Amino acid sequence: MPASSSQALPGSRRRTLLIGATAVVLVLLPVLLTQYQTFQATMILLYAIALLGLNMLVGYNGQISIGHGAFFAIGAYVTAILVSSFGIPYWATIPIAGLVCLVIGILFGIPALRLEGHYLALATFGLALALPQILKLHVFEAWTKGVVGIFVRKPKAPFGLPLTADQWLYYFTLFFLALAFLFAANLLRGRIGQAMIAIRDQPAAAASMGVNVSYYKTMTFGLSALYTGVAGALSAVVVQFVAPDSFSLHLSISFLLAIVIGGLGTMWGALFGAVFMVVVPNLASEISTAAPWAIYGVAVIIFMYVMPTGLVGLVRKIWNGFSRTPAAGGAA
Amino acid sequence: MEALLQQVVAGLATGGIYASIALALVMIYQSTHQINFAQGEMGMFATYIAWALIHWGMPYWPAFFLTVVIAFLGGAFLQRTVLRPLENASHLANIVVFVGLMITFNSLAGLLFTYTIKTFPSPFPNRLIFDGLLSFHQLGAIVVTGTVLLLLFAFFKYTPVGLAIRAGAQNPLSARLVGIRVSHMLALGWGLAAAIGAIAGMMVAPIVFLEPNMMSGILLYGFAGALIGGIDNPWGAVAGGFIIGVLENLLGAYVIGTELKLTATLMIIIAVLLFKPAGLFGQRIVKRV
Repeated sequence: MPASSSQALPGSRRRTLLIGATAVVLVLLPVLLTQYQTFQATMILLYAIALLGLNMLVGYNGQISIGHGAFFAIGAYVTAILVSSFGIPYWATIPIAGLVCLVIGILFGIPALRLEGHYLALATFGLALALPQILKLHVFEAWTKGVVGIFVRKPKAPFGLPLTADQWLYYFTLFFLALAFLFAANLLRGRIGQAMIAIRDQPAAAASMGVNVSYYKTMTFGLSALYTGVAGALSAVVVQFVAPDSFSLHLSISFLLAIVIGGLGTMWGALFGAVFMVVVPNLASEISTAAPWAIYGVAVIIFMYVMPTGLVGLVRKIWNGFSRTPAAGGAA
Repeated sequence: MEALLQQVVAGLATGGIYASIALALVMIYQSTHQINFAQGEMGMFATYIAWALIHWGMPYWPAFFLTVVIAFLGGAFLQRTVLRPLENASHLANIVVFVGLMITFNSLAGLLFTYTIKTFPSPFPNRLIFDGLLSFHQLGAIVVTGTVLLLLFAFFKYTPVGLAIRAGAQNPLSARLVGIRVSHMLALGWGLAAAIGAIAGMMVAPIVFLEPNMMSGILLYGFAGALIGGIDNPWGAVAGGFIIGVLENLLGAYVIGTELKLTATLMIIIAVLLFKPAGLFGQRIVKRV
């Protein structure tokens, strides 16, 4: 069996190169894009933030959520309400939205940590279904504006930067994605990440090794809610509008399926999943309204059987296929 | 008092539908220990098949029974093709495939039958009975779901195949050793669950109107019913479904209004999972590590 891991470059150096190249491409991208494409690229970046968080929960910690659209919605609403009703500048609302989601996530995570596998999926499924109803409630209408939703003014580039409003929002989102990526990468590489993975693979063994299972599960749930909340807050600014029905069960489901299609338990999976989330529905909706969902459904089932490691696995396989050819001669 | 009675009776009528969904969930849970998130959409899709048959001129009852047969075959086919390879896979893989099936059915219905809301006929006369206490359709729905539940009880209790299914669910390995084709029994269970879902769909469609998303809320009520009764106990699930139906109506009429029905159901689910995870009639699960 040829060693598939034998590459010309050592893994860590190759990874640094790959991340560096991606970063350069992401920074230069808006120059090449039209206004609408820049908006879509911004959506990809902010979905990637949400998927990074969800991937920590699902991919690294093995908990299943079909309800993260709810945290996305809460983040979006916090930002929209703070900007429209309280006049707080949009950039200051994003950390607040993240913190609110962290707290709600931990509160929801405390009962959730007692639930295993499908029961957690069930509880979060209920959360995703119920949240639009709560947002429409008359009691909160003074802030949420009920079914009408809230408009958010599009911010201009500050400090006299020579950027259009869309380009500025792209870089603003990219900044948060870079922050989210660095934080997640460091966290997952360290002790906490090891504990999360241990809980996913062998909960009983992890507990007997001294890992505080319920603490890590709750914290991971809260952290993933924070990530998703920040993404939601950014979406309120980028889309300039929030309404209860933009955060239906469909959004939650597409988060879960996008991370599975992107690649569970890998950092790149979040980016691939986010691209899938934006590009595929866009292309497919030209065929018919139902087509994006049909593609999601069929794609996820096929991926589950043929390529459980998602698009990341697919790319890796192709990459290794190429890089093995010269090395295979030496190994054989 | 009259109004209260009316709410309770109406709750029992919808509760019967929740009970069927809960029962279908329990049937699949018992044999595979998985929660079928696609159960609602499977019932919805079957209802569209019935609608198409009636639309093409078939009388109601032949269309009804033909749909049940199609749903049964479809459910068994789904188990043989899509779910069989996952028999030993992780929860995550199963849930993802269930969710995948859910949106596939949803979009397929939208693709074939469009998203416009359709009226679905009721086989029962459109009038009120018992001094306006309930409609003929509500009574009919109670009778139909009651009959289905009794038939299922008889099937599991008194037929050899029913016994084989129960054995396969309870102890797959031993069942296999005495010559039961456990995998076939699973397909049979899926077929039955799909058929029950189809009946529930056809009973609820005249009330909520037929559209691809009609079952998402009902699925949540079905979940709640199954959990209250105990997810491993068919009778508990049926009782739980009725309890949820009545509770939903009473809470909606007197306490929280219709706006928060789903939220209240979510609270019930979380409360049951937290304080009485085995449900009212279920068994405590002790896991060996």
